[in-house]
Amino acid sequence: MQSSASSRVHELGLRQLSGLLHAKKISCIELTSEFLNRIKTLNPRYNAFITVDHKASLVQAAEADALFASGRAQMLTGIPLAQKDIFCTQGWLTTCGSKMLANFVSPYDAHVVERFKQLGMVSLGKTNMDEFAMGSSNETSFFGAVKNPWDAAYVPGGSSGGSACAVAARMCPAATGTDTGGSIRQPAALCGISGLKPTYGVVSRYGMIAFASSLDQGGPMAKSADDLALLLNAMAGFDARDSTSIERPAEDYARDLNQPIAGLRIGLPREYFSDGVDADVARAIDLAIAEYRKLGCETVDLSLPNTKLSIPVYYVLAPAEASSNLSRFDGVRYGYRAPQYGNLDDMYRKTRAQGFGAEVKRRILIGAYVLSHGYYDAYYFQAQKLRRLIAQDFADAFQKCDVIMGPTTPSTAFRLGEKSGDPVQMYLSDIYTIAANLAGLPGMSIPAGFGDGGRPVGLQIIGDYFSEAKMLDVAHQYQQATDWHLRVPEDSVALASKIPPNIPSPQAGGGLGWGRL
Amino acid sequence: MPVFLSDIKRVAELARIEIDDREAAAMLDHLAGIFSLIEQMQAVDASGIQPMAHARDMVARLRDDIATEPDQRTLFQTVAPQVEAGLYLVPKVIE
Repeated sequence: MQSSASSRVHELGLRQLSGLLHAKKISCIELTSEFLNRIKTLNPRYNAFITVDHKASLVQAAEADALFASGRAQMLTGIPLAQKDIFCTQGWLTTCGSKMLANFVSPYDAHVVERFKQLGMVSLGKTNMDEFAMGSSNETSFFGAVKNPWDAAYVPGGSSGGSACAVAARMCPAATGTDTGGSIRQPAALCGISGLKPTYGVVSRYGMIAFASSLDQGGPMAKSADDLALLLNAMAGFDARDSTSIERPAEDYARDLNQPIAGLRIGLPREYFSDGVDADVARAIDLAIAEYRKLGCETVDLSLPNTKLSIPVYYVLAPAEASSNLSRFDGVRYGYRAPQYGNLDDMYRKTRAQGFGAEVKRRILIGAYVLSHGYYDAYYFQAQKLRRLIAQDFADAFQKCDVIMGPTTPSTAFRLGEKSGDPVQMYLSDIYTIAANLAGLPGMSIPAGFGDGGRPVGLQIIGDYFSEAKMLDVAHQYQQATDWHLRVPEDSVALASKIPPNIPSPQAGGGLGWGRL
Repeated sequence: MPVFLSDIKRVAELARIEIDDREAAAMLDHLAGIFSLIEQMQAVDASGIQPMAHARDMVARLRDDIATEPDQRTLFQTVAPQVEAGLYLVPKVIE
């Protein structure tokens, strides 16, 4: 391999990487080694990965090389990517960021992991996350907080903060995430990468550890909209093992990527540009909208009047579903069991008291409360009714526009520890993302410049049901006209400059974490 | 609706999470703030609105009532805290 290629493969998009692999300019083992090397150097600073297993990754890379040798390679064959540690991966630890599952080696693969394996893609490891995906800062992980690569004193966002950080610092070309209330879009925004939450039901939830089943949706996180489209092609599709998986014909999400967007009607909800948004974020978003006008798009002022209600509604429904989903962690069939206990009931209590962290307990207790006798109507039932009002707001809005745009988050990344003692402040930072989950709509975040202190700003694009291909084109056109998505954090560039230029031998085994084969 | 320490202990009992007095007091503090946020819902008159249980109002798909999963007991029990002869072991519940 030429040294010029090796020094910059981590900057390339998936099509370019695929081109290099197919032209035999680089092998899958070399490509995987390149990223493992970067992880080895960068991860101690950012804590983006919970499990890395060099040996297992290189075995997968060798299998991908064999597919190339026998002429059976497909477009994504040999492309390495990281999995959020919420996706079950056979033979690897799957912790969900919790002490409860700190020893859990999954006996099976999640649907999306199966899909990637069928294509011969290579896993680089499992990324850190808020415990059971409950958090907006990645500080609730049992394995410690993830740091924002743009400034390590700041949070990367959550819950898919490890995936966002890993892509931003170029420790992997792409990663998976899950989004229950913004957990793909918010960390993507705070780390300056692209992330897509598809329409509810497009990506199978099989093998994705459940938080709030009526809201959870898996999706891709990567450097560009182009990469997201290719990844979504691999992840989407009907799966009978998920009762909410939608049966519809397969589509090519990259098909519209070069369609002109002149004449596109962009809806700008008043509520997303109100007092709640920081001035530096508002400035960046205004410039992004101006860029779209230059591309020939029209803007339409509109209102999503129930936006404010989405926070209370979400913080009733999601904990209610979580309290039910997390009842399965009882120390009997898998995961943590308290070392000392009396009777069975005591075993449950102690196991759950010791196995869950503070934020998870908080949400389980909220859920148990709103579902309990005497409170169900006032809270849970009321929240379900208001959920319909929120979904109806969007249905009305899409009569007047093709996509909705606004900031992904009201502020850029906040300091580590700044909000961790105040759950209400933390929850309020989800104001612009959770409505799409309640309505089941697709949403994405793409880099749109920087705010004060040089921290990234994310532009959110919300589309109508199943309009992912169009949204990806809308994002792609912006990324053709701007270069925000190509910016790399200086901190990680400086650290990576210490990586020795030689390619490690494929035999070099031994994991960084404590993954196993 | 105000939340009291007795509520915290009641729901912790329902959720089977052991909680001591100090932890319950800290929890009360946080939950009081969260419930004041949640109370905003009560200002809306939602009578006559159909509750939305699921994103996109989907109807659950039905399938034929036949077994589709193979027996994987041995595999699944490899990750269990305590098993014996194919059974999960827990403290005795019947004296």
